Amino acid sequence: MTLLGLLEREPSHGYDLKRDYDTFFSRGKPLPFGQVYATLSRLVRDGKIVVGEVEPGVGPERKRYVITERGATDVESWLTEPVDAEPNLQTVLFTKVVLALMLGRPAEEYLDTQRATHLRRMTELTEIKRGGNLVDTMLADHGLFHLEADLHWIDTTVARLDALRETVAGR
Amino acid sequence: MKPIEARDVVLSFGETPALRGASVSVAPGEIVAIMGPSGSGKSTLLHCLAGILAPDAGEIHFDGRRIDNLTETERSLLRRQQFGFVFQFGQLVPELTAEENVALPLLLNGVKRAAALKQARPWFARLGLAGLERRRSGELSGGQAQRVALARGLVARPGALFADEPTGALDSLTGEQVMDLLVASAREQGTTVVLVTHDARVAAYADRQVIVRDGKVNALVRS
Repeated sequence: MTLLGLLEREPSHGYDLKRDYDTFFSRGKPLPFGQVYATLSRLVRDGKIVVGEVEPGVGPERKRYVITERGATDVESWLTEPVDAEPNLQTVLFTKVVLALMLGRPAEEYLDTQRATHLRRMTELTEIKRGGNLVDTMLADHGLFHLEADLHWIDTTVARLDALRETVAGR
Repeated sequence: MKPIEARDVVLSFGETPALRGASVSVAPGEIVAIMGPSGSGKSTLLHCLAGILAPDAGEIHFDGRRIDNLTETERSLLRRQQFGFVFQFGQLVPELTAEENVALPLLLNGVKRAAALKQARPWFARLGLAGLERRRSGELSGGQAQRVALARGLVARPGALFADEPTGALDSLTGEQVMDLLVASAREQGTTVVLVTHDARVAAYADRQVIVRDGKVNALVRS
């Protein structure tokens, strides 16, 4: 979904996609070229991108990939829909925020929706604790503390959105 | 069960705006948590809803009655007769025993001392405080003192309970016990509760959470 999101920003070559992915999302674990092209082939097969004008020369890096309406709809749905409130979502949330800023989408709204989803899950877990035994309580606590950590991250990120927007724009 | 509503409430402290058109509705018997960053205006909003502060503009309604335009004396009477309060710190009167502290709202409303104490005492067993009735606040732990404060906030069966960081001075587990009792007691009595907290795990005890940011309320859309 990250590569598809990068293509929603502008048509790109595989090489540029890998470079942008590695700059913003890989965190020291560069994306292998093989995986880039395998993903692009799959996206072409699924009709989410098409190969645009092929520039003179040889090699796959000469192809420019363009997102289709179906692909753009997928990106929109993925950004808008909050993820299930499970612990350890930082990577997914981070990717959503950076992509939303790159695409000029309302990242703060997405984070607000995600916060509501997290709080709803926390309310459910709290109800389980209130009516449950000690084992239920301890399991619910584990979820609650992790979701709370996500919420701290969401709040801090909201406070940093303007700075992050500038960082992403100045890539 | 009584509803509370704020409509486009504006309030500044000197040149500094605290609320810039805050609106929120709390249904009868609902428990709502107000969250938000420091300085967002969440406590100011609670103080306006509770008739402690009068807004510069906008309206506050409690149980269908407009309360923002009452005089200070009328607001004071309303707070005493209709509202209960729980704050973070220093709310028990140190010269009084725990049971006298719980009975205080009743005494202030003219209930005779013996009757007020009789009404106050069952709260000690209900909140796990049996045997501590005669202690003074200096002889209570933080969690015990906060449970006494909760009993005092609810003893007069108020239409609404306002709680500002009620667990802010307690450790995590004690705070949860207080919240558990607060929710159980409020639901039992059908008391509408407005709770300010910066702690998401405390807010999760509420039926609904709203966020105050830059003096405005973001109602959280439930997906």
